[in-house]
Amino acid sequence: MEILPILSAMRRNKVGAILVAMQMALTLAILCNALFIVQLRLANSARPSGVDEANVLAISNQWVGNPPDESAMVRADLAALRALPGVVDAAVTNAYPLTNSGWGDGVNLNPNQHEATAHMARYFGDEHSIAAMGLTLTAGRNFRAEEVVDHERNEATAPAALIVSRALASRLFPAGDALGKVVYTSGNKTQGSTIIGIVDRLQAPWVGNGSWAADWVENSALEPFRYVAQSTYYLVRTQPGQLDAVRRTAQQTLFEIHRARVLDKVQSLTEARHEVYRDDRGLALILGVVCVILLAITAFGIVGLTSYWVAQRRRQIGIRRALGATRGAIVRYFQTENLMIAITGAVVGVALAISLNLWMVSSFEQHRLHGAYPLIGAVVVLLLGQLAVFGPALRAASIPPALATRSV
Amino acid sequence: MFNYYFGLALRSLRRNPVLTLLMVVTIGVGIGASMTTLTVFRAMDADPMPHKSQQLYVPQIDNWGPSEHTMESVDKLEDQLSYIDVVALMRAHVAPHQVAAYATLFALTPANREMKPFKAEGRATFTDFFSMFEVPFQYGGPWGAAEDESHTPVVVINQELNKKLFGGANSVGRNINLDDHDYRIIGVMAAWNPMPRFYDLTNENFAKTAQVFLPFNVAIERQMDSWGNTNCTHRNDGGWQGLLESNCVWIQFWVELPTSMAAHRYRVWLNNYAAEQQHSGRFHWPARTRLRNLREWLTYEHVVSDETRILVLVSFSFLLVCILNAMGLMLAKFMGRAADIGVRRALGASRSAILAQCLIEAGVVGIAGGLLGVLLTVLGLWALRGVLSEQILELTHLDPAGVGIALLLATVATIIAGLYPTWRAAHVQPAWQLKAQ
Repeated sequence: MEILPILSAMRRNKVGAILVAMQMALTLAILCNALFIVQLRLANSARPSGVDEANVLAISNQWVGNPPDESAMVRADLAALRALPGVVDAAVTNAYPLTNSGWGDGVNLNPNQHEATAHMARYFGDEHSIAAMGLTLTAGRNFRAEEVVDHERNEATAPAALIVSRALASRLFPAGDALGKVVYTSGNKTQGSTIIGIVDRLQAPWVGNGSWAADWVENSALEPFRYVAQSTYYLVRTQPGQLDAVRRTAQQTLFEIHRARVLDKVQSLTEARHEVYRDDRGLALILGVVCVILLAITAFGIVGLTSYWVAQRRRQIGIRRALGATRGAIVRYFQTENLMIAITGAVVGVALAISLNLWMVSSFEQHRLHGAYPLIGAVVVLLLGQLAVFGPALRAASIPPALATRSV
Repeated sequence: MFNYYFGLALRSLRRNPVLTLLMVVTIGVGIGASMTTLTVFRAMDADPMPHKSQQLYVPQIDNWGPSEHTMESVDKLEDQLSYIDVVALMRAHVAPHQVAAYATLFALTPANREMKPFKAEGRATFTDFFSMFEVPFQYGGPWGAAEDESHTPVVVINQELNKKLFGGANSVGRNINLDDHDYRIIGVMAAWNPMPRFYDLTNENFAKTAQVFLPFNVAIERQMDSWGNTNCTHRNDGGWQGLLESNCVWIQFWVELPTSMAAHRYRVWLNNYAAEQQHSGRFHWPARTRLRNLREWLTYEHVVSDETRILVLVSFSFLLVCILNAMGLMLAKFMGRAADIGVRRALGASRSAILAQCLIEAGVVGIAGGLLGVLLTVLGLWALRGVLSEQILELTHLDPAGVGIALLLATVATIIAGLYPTWRAAHVQPAWQLKAQ
């Protein structure tokens, strides 16, 4: 097309063209990096925990002082909770998913290993835990009641049996033969723990971005311990739709059994998820809004500058029209001009986007940009330019040829 | 002359209301976005004790050896100490002021039996905590070294808890019941909520001050578990006594060293201490210790989150786009008036007069944009409160310095944006413009 005349016109207006191109390049670089972060955060916060979140209620229980018969009291509480109408099952534990707080440990294949083979989150539980959390046992068996023993806070007894998440099983035994194998935790290292069951999925509690568990968030194990301590958690799984009713009756029942306690952080795991990913959602939202405003600003900038160029070239446009150029040709002129600027901007922008990302990878805990993002960003920026320039171009096309004959 | 140019600037801006509005909004939005994130960043990065941050230090000791460290540790040192080392450091008393502390949790039973027991966050520490960190008091004061020595069950409570339990009255001398034990209130703190909560960065960086402070020795004697991070290389199997004798790290330690000379001496002493542990056979590795001051500690503990850094980066890039945008628009605007300028030049206006006039026009846009930017910052911070977690809410207050920075940023942004267009306008050739007419 008429690339050469456009180029020579642009040479007379270098700065304007460079400004637009730079703006588009920066827009592209910010846009694809921001959208990439948004996508990562949203994907992170959509990962399932393995727990039947909508129907599981967590209650933090804290005794006043240290009652001497805590073990019996915990058992009484659990029996009462399990007997409540609408309750599927209940269990006591030291930690639960989606809270960013819990107990971690290293797992070894040999008792005297230096570097742990895998890391895992430790969840204490009994034969009711799988039902109380709504986990899916895919291989092996559940704990038996006689395997479950009391476990205090400052105690290092190694669990005799383990039910591990599938991710942990395949990390420890990539051949897929984890069931029945003996592993060693950092407790009493001479006593091994036999893997007796595998659940499909059970997330560690630390799901925050850049947490210490980021590389092994799917590695967890249930240990056959009844947690007997001043502060514990009850997990109660309810029948669908019964959670809010159980939330009330459960607290009432527990207080009726024993008044000197604090029930706190009574929340469904859906609420826990909402809370734990709050900042990720916030960041995604802010970046999303910034992207929209950024596109708008860039678009309006192009509109403004092109309008000025049109105004500046009214006479020339009039002359071209008088010499036989169609309206289409005038519109095409401005569209092509913008396309050329935008392509320059996009090329620079892609390079900028990638270097910005590389810099963020080296200074933050940030992932490498997926190749599709710069391409999508380039397309968006090109379309944006074409769209923004269309209005001023139409106005240019409506300049009457007679203008050429008039002196100003 | 200024008034005349100012009038001209206003008239010129009015002539092109859409373009003017676009410029003001562009600058305003850019300032609003960058100031919103900068406000949070500044709050996170703030020095909570600016006059003392060079005198407060955290000692670190490698008590696990080179092959063991927690995953977060960047230099294979832990950010807390074991009970063994805390006792040794306290006993040696090499620093004029020193304090160990850990977080704990109580079930508090109110005297009013109508009220249910509730959770109270506690901090077990020594008397020096209050003077080292300059804790203000509403009633009473801190306990003394005597109470530390004699394991006296006294507490300092914070203002909020005093309000809740005693309606804000002077409660010094009264008792509160924590986990079935009575404690005598010896002081009530005035409002004190340093952000970041520098004295305990191993858990949440922006958490609130504990409600109850009690002597460390009482907490140890009564076996109060830590409600913060406990990290061990081997699981402890001796109950409470086992924890005390283990290498588990779970206690924060601070020393106050008035001069850099004192800091140097402490550094040497600390390293000697670790070397002694090697000689006595407790450590099987060469001594490795660090002493960081408060500012260094904040950086070491990564107090400013990556999220905040990313947001600041994105929003300042965004501001750059806005500046480029405003520059283009201003260029269009000034060059659109090339004819006017030509006439003025031909009638005798000097180049510097044109320069001054255009700069004033750019300045007006900048100030309007800056004001809009401050408004948008307030709006942006308000919006942040809706989407970010509670701890960060504390960081979303725009202070006068923030407003100043916003206006300064707007002015600088506009001058950058206006400089080139102004220069171009001043170099309009009068003859050429007149000829084109």
